[in-house]
Amino acid sequence: MVQTLVIHGNEACVRGAMAAGCRFFAGYPITPATEITELMARMLPQVRGVFLQMEDEIASICAALGAAWGGAKACTATSGPGFTLKQEGIGWAAETDTPIVVIDVMRGGPSTGQPTSSSQQDVMQAKYGSHGDYEIIALTPSSVQEAFDLTVKAFNLAEIYRNPVMVLSDEIVGHTREKIRIPEQVEVVRRKKPESSIKDYIPYRPTSQGFLDGMPTFNQGYGILVDGQLHDEWGIRAGHKPDVSAGLVERICRKITGHARELLDVEEYRLDDAEVAVIAYGSPARPSLRATKEARHTGVKAGCLKMRILWPFPETAIDQLCQRVKKIIVPEMNMGKIYREVERVARGRAEVISMPKLGGEMHTPQEIFEKIK
Amino acid sequence: MHPLADKYLRQAALPLIFCPGCGDGTVLNIFLRAVEEMDIFPDLALVGGIGCSGWLPTYLRADVLHVLHGRAIPFATGLKLTDPRRKVVVFTGDGDCVGIGGNHFIHGARRNIDLTVIMMNNGIYGMTGGQVAPTTPLHGRTQTSPYGNIEFPFDVGDLARAAGATYVARWTTAHPKQLLRAIKEGIEHAGFSFIEVLSQCPTQAGRYMEGTSDPGELLTLFKKRAISVERARSTAAQDLRGRIIVGKIHHLTEKKEFSKTLYESFPAEAADNQDHP
Repeated sequence: MVQTLVIHGNEACVRGAMAAGCRFFAGYPITPATEITELMARMLPQVRGVFLQMEDEIASICAALGAAWGGAKACTATSGPGFTLKQEGIGWAAETDTPIVVIDVMRGGPSTGQPTSSSQQDVMQAKYGSHGDYEIIALTPSSVQEAFDLTVKAFNLAEIYRNPVMVLSDEIVGHTREKIRIPEQVEVVRRKKPESSIKDYIPYRPTSQGFLDGMPTFNQGYGILVDGQLHDEWGIRAGHKPDVSAGLVERICRKITGHARELLDVEEYRLDDAEVAVIAYGSPARPSLRATKEARHTGVKAGCLKMRILWPFPETAIDQLCQRVKKIIVPEMNMGKIYREVERVARGRAEVISMPKLGGEMHTPQEIFEKIK
Repeated sequence: MHPLADKYLRQAALPLIFCPGCGDGTVLNIFLRAVEEMDIFPDLALVGGIGCSGWLPTYLRADVLHVLHGRAIPFATGLKLTDPRRKVVVFTGDGDCVGIGGNHFIHGARRNIDLTVIMMNNGIYGMTGGQVAPTTPLHGRTQTSPYGNIEFPFDVGDLARAAGATYVARWTTAHPKQLLRAIKEGIEHAGFSFIEVLSQCPTQAGRYMEGTSDPGELLTLFKKRAISVERARSTAAQDLRGRIIVGKIHHLTEKKEFSKTLYESFPAEAADNQDHP
């Protein structure tokens, strides 16, 4: 039976995580993500899942990573300053092919910034926050329904790609209450077990697709070495071997960039004949869509492209759009971070206009409409 | 090859990263003896931090996480809580454990979670080339305390006990039999076990602080300085200066272990999660 609820986005993330099989959460309270930690504390024990409030954000992600190898689908949630602290763990996860979901309910920064106000200022930190070369997947919900749906999807993608997956929510999505529909069953990707026998199992030998032969749980006899140092196919350190270490970094990056087509998740609204396009993600996607509709009423051929997966960046979709439209508007609750990515893809073929908005408030449909016409 | 090495070591990972004469080799040897005598290999889940000592578990054919600097205890916490039957052993150094990892260490001890933390203490940051550590003796000369260390060192055993650890022991690499017993007791103890091993570092601490890079001489110094915890109790404070108090410092069995508490705290009506993920 479909359940209809009126809840806020943070609760939707928790319900999405639970539905996707999350059975371990370690977190540290931080505004505006705290409700995720509080609700996990309530809900996880009901399914014999482990909830831990750790001593800090670093410990939280590390405990979740340990739990992932212990056999659980694991998660942590935070906001800006805590997201920064989690970055070394995110890098470790990328380097070791460990599935983990990190929910960042974005607030304004830099530093402790605006704890109770919204922003989209962490989008580059999500992609580039940890040191070294690696890739992540980031999903950007714009509504409470999407907070649920995309959290489920984040857990599934974490299992498929064995990679850190971010849910880049924001304070507006996190604290807005609206009606959502939760299906009785959601599609859940179960953890892939190794196909080879224990004797033949080589933990880090990629298939032709760039994936690995399943992820064993500790204490099942595989004797796996999971090392944050660059390693060979058996997990043994290989930082001193240029070819082997380079091969590992290339593999973990290509594992994501090489599947950009499968990871494309955009919604298009009236882009077929559009001359003006709004490209948006997260909260500002909603006034963008509204502004596009208003513009159509006034006879302006406007359309909207909403990104539900921001990283890997939907370059092909935007590239095709740049061949058709004259003008692209990018409203963001930051100084214009994704605007630069769009401009990079546009290469001068369309005029790209940044619409930054700081201070914690979302763009109004009117503001975007003014730019469209 | 030693029969225990043949049985338990990841041959492809050899040779060991440790310098000749390093005490960490002794700890590896004694740990393998403990594993053999206790017959616990399939239940082991090992976590290593960063630094020379953090490498120790990577040579075993067990399931191993080699993690981030200072973060071994939170990784081990997650690992333990997903299945409390695991015997989780953390290998760490003094810098890893109480320098960068100090906060995680005290909170692990506070929870009294059933981890066995073996901290190799050489009084210096060895792998990065001999810099001052939170355990470097006062006046000790290192690469970052060239005029002598001006900070007071931690007594990590006291710290562990004060934070809530329920098994605390300290030995040196010159006490292999006693250390073996402590490791076995620590693994058997249901709670946060902290075993400190004074481990000689001929390359850095020996050369710069002790004036000798001869491992034999360093072991002799350990023997000379060691005083049992029982004798230390009746020894005047000024006579304990420069001495290493060894033995079982603290053993408390009444305090409840954390993972057991956590699993017992699940509501009776809670659905079983065996089926996940």
